[in-house]
Amino acid sequence: MPERLRHLLSIEPLTAAQINFVLDEAKPFQEFQRYPLKKLATLRGKSVALAFFEASTRTRISFATAAARLGADTINLQAESSSLKKGESLLDTARTLDAMKPDCIVMRHGSSGACQFVAQHLDIPVINAGDGSHEHPTQALLDALTLRDRLGTLDKLRITILGDILHSRVARSNLHLLGKFGCCFTLCGPAMWLPREFETMAPLGGAVRLTSRVDEALDGADAVIVLRVQEERMHEPALPLNEYILLYQLTPERLRRAKPGALVLHPGPMIRGLEIDPAVADGPQSCVLDQVTNGLAVRMALLFILLGGGSESDFLRGLSAKTEGGPAPVPGKGSKHVAD
Amino acid sequence: MLRIRNGRVIDPSSGTDAPRDIWLDGDRIVRLAPPGGGGESDRAPGGTREETLDAGGLIVAPGFIDLHCHLREPGIENSETIETGTRAAARGGFTAVCPMPNTRPVNDSASVTRGILERAAASASTRVWPIGAASAGSRGESLAEIAAMQQAGIVAVSDDGKPIATARLLRQVMDYCRSLDLPVIDHCEDASLFAGNSMREGRQSVRLGVAGMPAATESIAVARDIQIAELTGCRFHVAHLSARASLEAVRAAKKRGLRVSCEVTPHHFTLTDEDVAYDTHYKMNPPLGSAEDRAALVEGLADGTVDAIATDHAPHEPASKEVEFDRAPFGITGFETALALALELVHAGKLPLMRMVELFTTGPARVLGRERRIAEGQPADLTLFSTDHAWTFRAADSASKSRNTPFDGRAFRGAPMATIVAGRVVFRRDA
Repeated sequence: MPERLRHLLSIEPLTAAQINFVLDEAKPFQEFQRYPLKKLATLRGKSVALAFFEASTRTRISFATAAARLGADTINLQAESSSLKKGESLLDTARTLDAMKPDCIVMRHGSSGACQFVAQHLDIPVINAGDGSHEHPTQALLDALTLRDRLGTLDKLRITILGDILHSRVARSNLHLLGKFGCCFTLCGPAMWLPREFETMAPLGGAVRLTSRVDEALDGADAVIVLRVQEERMHEPALPLNEYILLYQLTPERLRRAKPGALVLHPGPMIRGLEIDPAVADGPQSCVLDQVTNGLAVRMALLFILLGGGSESDFLRGLSAKTEGGPAPVPGKGSKHVAD
Repeated sequence: MLRIRNGRVIDPSSGTDAPRDIWLDGDRIVRLAPPGGGGESDRAPGGTREETLDAGGLIVAPGFIDLHCHLREPGIENSETIETGTRAAARGGFTAVCPMPNTRPVNDSASVTRGILERAAASASTRVWPIGAASAGSRGESLAEIAAMQQAGIVAVSDDGKPIATARLLRQVMDYCRSLDLPVIDHCEDASLFAGNSMREGRQSVRLGVAGMPAATESIAVARDIQIAELTGCRFHVAHLSARASLEAVRAAKKRGLRVSCEVTPHHFTLTDEDVAYDTHYKMNPPLGSAEDRAALVEGLADGTVDAIATDHAPHEPASKEVEFDRAPFGITGFETALALALELVHAGKLPLMRMVELFTTGPARVLGRERRIAEGQPADLTLFSTDHAWTFRAADSASKSRNTPFDGRAFRGAPMATIVAGRVVFRRDA
């Protein structure tokens, strides 16, 4: 087993082996999502604090569901209802949450580096569920799982990322992750969202190319990651939305420049008719719903790795162990692993 | 009578670099002589009993001046007071410090200036030379009562913390200050170009996902200010210059004979944006620049383009810095590490020792239109320092009320060993 993870704060410092380990751990949980009864007792008695200091629906629900399916309880903190509004510092909020003795904190925050800051002050694992424009590690992991499933490998893929690269934590985490597998990147978007410093983030063995021409960007791509256009980023002096649609919307015609069958990923929430044409969003190349399901698997795997304390055998035992309120399923007998 | 024996006197005003004994009487220097020249007896020239301070192995320099600091009094005493701040300054070898006016209330009137000087007289270890606000409340709307503050004792004006808001106001301030013969110090920042973002725009800001401000945020404002200084003939000083392009603008202005000067902080000539990693002790404004900027600043320190090393000592109480990077206030403390950081450049062969002393003494004095030299009749303000005393800076041991420094735990070679203000030894380090 690769060096043990304590937190998951960013993809950048991880090795390819660590990433493969997490993706491999996620495989059985992918399968698990198809079970009719989706409840394990693996993390029964453990609690996961969900501290979302920035609005989020899908990531929060995904983590909450992942925790629930592992048998863990969740403690929810939402910015709207938190004392942050009353002027409490992030550190005090985090310490208060910590004093409720959760076994880990899943945290989203609008400030880059906020999860690292909290992790430095707490003894329990911190999982970064998105920090400012910095990283969104579980998104990159679920994207990687999706790509690996569909393409059979992550090695040396040609990846195009389309949209507001500057403000995107998804773009950064994907660059770091896929870069470790020798992927080549084309980053494409309006010039003000495409700082040339991204070229210097070229990972070992890979290359990062920037272009503001979408046709050129899509040429020969194995996969296209479409980023959400965050209207809140369209602050003054704003780029008119119609200009964005004109030049950068992913349409079926544009997608034809990519390799036949190239995959289309989107971290969501997706705005049809803005960054993506509905025909692409709903087309056969779109992976968006797979991404959501894979998100559950990756997050279950992570919670299991960070909280289960498990070696690989623990992991397998965990999956097949007696589940809540019913007899233990018998693994590997051709029958489905039915969890109670 | 105090005799400082066996020191190596370095005085940039005369180019002196020689062993000398110095006699102080009251608040004045009364005599200089080669060691032994005054006799080895403990009799002073006048026959009175003398005390001696052995400066063997040390450099004796004119008293250091810090053109740029924040003492936080009045109004923000949980971060610093005139007493604690100047005690830290004395430990850093400074004999005079210039506090910026962004206190509460802002130092924009003679009564606030007098209040600061009264507190200084009662509690300060060093001389305190206040800088007054350029505009009322530093709000950038109308002129502050500059002449009244000058009569009360300010040595320059600035709206530091923010730039002087508009070119029009700057012109008024400069016209007026030329007539008063006061230098105008500007915190140069183009407010419309991402001013106030948390770090310098560049590879590291992109990697960290932190909103950056480009070097041009500063250099555009420097260019504007130099042109208005030329228009008005006012003495103009660039605060905490951090970018290569700004330095080139100052160099060109000096070449054309304009009365333009600038200061550089120890953190800007020591660190770069690559050192930033969400630690709020690396967050200040202007932010740390690129390696190229840093190299240009070091060159400017050596070639005379830069007039002074100034600390921009900006204490913040600990809780205010224990926050998310983009929410943390700007600024770090600087008094106690300034000389040791400058000596790093000397040891690296990038800055001659004489020139370094000039940057702490005659350089800043000249910006304020003052003299700074070691000669009979001059004020007895002296800084004694070692170039090779080995020590480690511990923020927890600082005399400042605040701990916000990126240099905690840094090992240094060279340190201030004694600070003498008006003939009084206000700080002595155990060798």
